[in-house]
Amino acid sequence: MTLKTLMLTTVATLGLAAAAQAQTVGFSQIGSESGWRAAETTLTKQQAQERGIDLKFSDAQQKQENQIAALRTFIAQGVDAILIAPVVATGWDSILEEAKEADIPVVLLDRQVDSDKELYLTAVGSDLVHEGEVAGKWLAEAVGDKSCRVVELQGTTGSSPAIDRKTGFEKGIAGHANIEIVRSQTADFTRSIGKEVMESFLQAENGGADICALYAHNDDMAVGAIQAIKEAGLKPGEDILVVSIDAVPDIFKAMADGEANATVELTPNMAGPAFDALAAYWKDGTVPPKFIQTDSALYTMSDDPAGQYQARKGLGY
Amino acid sequence: MKRALRRVAPQLMTLIVLAALVSWFFPSFLQIDLSDGRLVGPVIDIVKRGAPVAILAVGMTLVVATGGIDLSVGTVMAITGAVAASALVSGWGVPVALLLACGAGLTAGVWNGALVAVLGIQPIVATLILMTAGRGIAQLITEGRILTFSDTGFAFLGSGSLMGIPVPALLWVLTGVLVALLMRRTALGLLVESVGINQRASALAGVNARGLIIVVYMASGLCAALAGIIATADIRGADANNAGLWLELDAILAVVIGGNSLLGGRFSIAASVLGAMIIQTIDTGILLAGFPSEYNLVIKAVLVLAILMIQSPHLASEWALIRMQIARRRAARGQEG
Repeated sequence: MTLKTLMLTTVATLGLAAAAQAQTVGFSQIGSESGWRAAETTLTKQQAQERGIDLKFSDAQQKQENQIAALRTFIAQGVDAILIAPVVATGWDSILEEAKEADIPVVLLDRQVDSDKELYLTAVGSDLVHEGEVAGKWLAEAVGDKSCRVVELQGTTGSSPAIDRKTGFEKGIAGHANIEIVRSQTADFTRSIGKEVMESFLQAENGGADICALYAHNDDMAVGAIQAIKEAGLKPGEDILVVSIDAVPDIFKAMADGEANATVELTPNMAGPAFDALAAYWKDGTVPPKFIQTDSALYTMSDDPAGQYQARKGLGY
Repeated sequence: MKRALRRVAPQLMTLIVLAALVSWFFPSFLQIDLSDGRLVGPVIDIVKRGAPVAILAVGMTLVVATGGIDLSVGTVMAITGAVAASALVSGWGVPVALLLACGAGLTAGVWNGALVAVLGIQPIVATLILMTAGRGIAQLITEGRILTFSDTGFAFLGSGSLMGIPVPALLWVLTGVLVALLMRRTALGLLVESVGINQRASALAGVNARGLIIVVYMASGLCAALAGIIATADIRGADANNAGLWLELDAILAVVIGGNSLLGGRFSIAASVLGAMIIQTIDTGILLAGFPSEYNLVIKAVLVLAILMIQSPHLASEWALIRMQIARRRAARGQEG
């Protein structure tokens, strides 16, 4: 066989394979209100490209009517599946029924809806309580039997991540009487308030000498608090252990500098598990469970934070 | 001097009462230590943390004195912070970043001033436009991310200290003193007040009312730029979504607690910055006292209400009336006996 024919056959086989597999998936994204969501969009597009899926992307700019219009367009185009990150929980019944009648499976990403579970194939998301629990268990292991006074930076008062991540952390440290949450205040998920609240914690706890660890409901608050700790003349990561949730690039930078200890990932890769479930469904009709929980992976200083930072900083966080 | 002190007496009294109240919950409130050559303590935190609102309040006082209001200052903070951070990230250096940020603040001021003075749009509506649209501009500059920089020279403006005193505290005191001197050592303050009391009459008397209003909004924009620079330098990053969020309301509250009328006219910059310190003392005090976070806003509301009620002129005259009646009754009783 000459080189030319070999190349031709390869190309032909690849072309055939692609033709047999090329699926079209419509993705209705909420918008781009946070860095995390921007990263989710980037990763969904990446995952689709890797699997040779033709992704039709629609940005709803925080409006449900835009999402419903996008879904209707997807149904009219006869896509093979629909991914949607629903902006609100209610009002999806009729459009989901339309999709079901057209035999198009719908997968929910990172948020849930209040509709009948029969109307969608599955939902991919993270368990917020579990995230807090992973953080709590890490701290319990890190301090061992030493007595540890923890300060907590909560998310926005009353928001579900703030409530669930608090509950989860308390679950994680349950049974360790040596660990005690001594101060807990909201810092609204932001860097500047995180810094301000941490400053007052340091004042209130003997200049920080009485604080053994900081638990922040998201990384941004932790990044702000780390600066406050440094300005108080203490070493974050050593004098005060720092554990937070989300795994955004800037916390890996802090970890690489030895200023943060651990973070729990809220993965923006919701599309990966969704595409896996869809592939199985298309292949032989395997129906996935109604909720696919993503990994809440724990990253510590020993997980190459510098490398993680490089890998993540381009994702649009 | 004596008259100036009498003007700010209610604000000073409020601060003293608040300090006593917080000390009751947190005994070491007034304690100040020296560590690593810088002063540390809750009071130092308050004068540092209160810097953005105090500086905003300086500009806001001038705008309010002309009978206007500037709702856009919080958003202008986000824009100027984003401009400064992106200049730093692009490697243009600190002086360029500062110049660009101040330029952005002045531009925002010209825009607001032109809408109010030239087109005659009501100030609350005119500045509402930039308040809502401006955050989008800031997000476009940062591309929706938190722009993080590591320039220590710029960070010095937010978290450094000179002779033990935090730089932000020095900046707001300096801003307040400079603007107050400019207003009171020249006729400028008087002209601003006259425009606030009756714009048409001042214009007829030969005051360039239109120009003065634009300049006042530019001053407010410049103050917002300075506040934005401090907030950005403080966290070493520009957070377009959250920088300066709702701070315009705190600035207006500071002006009101400072006893300035929102209808325009007489103003006191010293009273406004003291108002900003009162707000920050409440905020920091709540954090130090360690109440659950659900109570923060309620406690703040109750305290603010109490402060404004004590300052209310109606209540003051009622109180004087009651006291007079009691005195009269006592005198009458004395005569009977």
